[in-house]
Amino acid sequence: MSDSASPSGNATRDAKRVGGWTGAARRYAVRTLPPEKLLPDTQPAYMASWIYVFGVLTVSSLIVAVATGCVLALEGPGWWHASSVGKYVNSLHLWSVELFMFFMVIHLWGKFFMAAWRGRRAMTWMTGAVCFLASVGTAFTGYLVQQNFDSQWISGQAKDGLNAVGIGAWFNVLDFGQMLMWHIVLLPLVLGLLTAWHVLLVRRRGIVPPIDALAPEPDEQSAATAVQP
Amino acid sequence: MSRRTRRAAEPDPAAFPTRPYDLLKEFTIALVAVAVLTAGLAALFSSPDEQPITLATWSAATPNDFTATAVTELGGTSTTAQYGPPYNHTPGAGQKIGPVGLQRAAGVRIPVDTAEDFVLRPLRQAPEPAEVSAALTAWTAAPADRQQAWTSAYSDALGKAPDGDPAKVEPGDYGPVPVLTSRLLALAQAGALDGQLLAQGRFYQTDYTRPMLFLNDGTYLADQARAQHLAGDQWGMMNETGNYPGQAWLWLYTFWYQIDPFKTSKNADALIWALMAVLSLAFVLVPFIPGVRSIPRWTKVYRLIWRQHYRGQR
Repeated sequence: MSDSASPSGNATRDAKRVGGWTGAARRYAVRTLPPEKLLPDTQPAYMASWIYVFGVLTVSSLIVAVATGCVLALEGPGWWHASSVGKYVNSLHLWSVELFMFFMVIHLWGKFFMAAWRGRRAMTWMTGAVCFLASVGTAFTGYLVQQNFDSQWISGQAKDGLNAVGIGAWFNVLDFGQMLMWHIVLLPLVLGLLTAWHVLLVRRRGIVPPIDALAPEPDEQSAATAVQP
Repeated sequence: MSRRTRRAAEPDPAAFPTRPYDLLKEFTIALVAVAVLTAGLAALFSSPDEQPITLATWSAATPNDFTATAVTELGGTSTTAQYGPPYNHTPGAGQKIGPVGLQRAAGVRIPVDTAEDFVLRPLRQAPEPAEVSAALTAWTAAPADRQQAWTSAYSDALGKAPDGDPAKVEPGDYGPVPVLTSRLLALAQAGALDGQLLAQGRFYQTDYTRPMLFLNDGTYLADQARAQHLAGDQWGMMNETGNYPGQAWLWLYTFWYQIDPFKTSKNADALIWALMAVLSLAFVLVPFIPGVRSIPRWTKVYRLIWRQHYRGQR
């Protein structure tokens, strides 16, 4: 008699089915990202460089950009042209985006020179790269919906590139309403989901080891770990 | 173990010695630091907000440029009238990437008839003095080649007049064109044309395609942009008004417009977009591109990043 047909085999199979789709999704999530991976309180000792700070700085500045964008959304797109408080909130939005892009580019170059795609981390690189491209698009649409001279000039110039490859027929940069929707709904949604995916991949795969690093022998490791505070 | 095998199977980070790390504490400190830095930069440098140009401000500032542009819109010789897709079916218009014409393939999805949309309809919709009604009737009744001859002659005459001033144009056979463009100028200067081009017969509207195309056809907007170091040969749209960083991340896209063969090609936009699409795809696929993915090993910058680790290995 096979194990699966035995009482214990049936119990195991039943346990696996508990909770239907929801239970299966929970088991997958816990298996893929156990709490100690999702919210770690230790990291490999080789993670010792300022370059690692730029990932969390990028996420932080994205949060500030989204939050300040939400404040602008509360009052509508014309508010900041007529209110000093609105002007300051718009300035916060602008500078958080500048910082976001600056931190992201440093983070990106750091990961490039670390060849951070090694060890089944190609998708982490790819989601990060697409995040960068989506951020360029999100920032670009932001410039288009400022309702000032910059918006006029940038949209007038940008339409030619988009029209030349057929995109402008659907993505009309001269249509303020369409660009506003892309800027405050569609692109932030895409960027938010991509960022979440990217961060979860980082947590799942762990921090990439140094190039050509060899994992210490178990005896070596236990000795090294023993000296940790 | 061979070098090749080692690269194929990177060690598990969990196999290395660890150090304490507080993820939430680091994130909180980073968030507060970025918020404070942003608040400081915003307080110090504010943000640019140059007033937009309206058809009213343009026509008041440079009425002769407005009139010259209106004549080309009426005669179908303006940049927009000759643009091709997505605005109109101008034969032969549209950029190509080699033999591939994506612009034409996308079709005319935002139809714009510059004579009707920018000149004739606004004139019909506004209260018409008798001479304007007569001019509209004369224009409508004339065959297309006659209309072309009138606008062409008037454009030439404006070009020869001192400062392009319609009041100083030599007498000639311009048909109803001077009356039509003069009335359009008056409507624009009164601010009526801005509303007419935007509303297009509706109340709610958020699409500025038509007034923006009209503005772009004149030289006033471009002159203002050049004065603000925003022209295409001044690294164009990656800049913004004032001394602000702008979209510095567009530097590579803007760079191609500054060099040959792109800056002299009539297909520059399409070629640069195609090039940037290929480069963007390559950027995403860096882990799989032989040579490019080896640059980190060759440059050895990683030895600086992980210098503590490598020092410990000696």
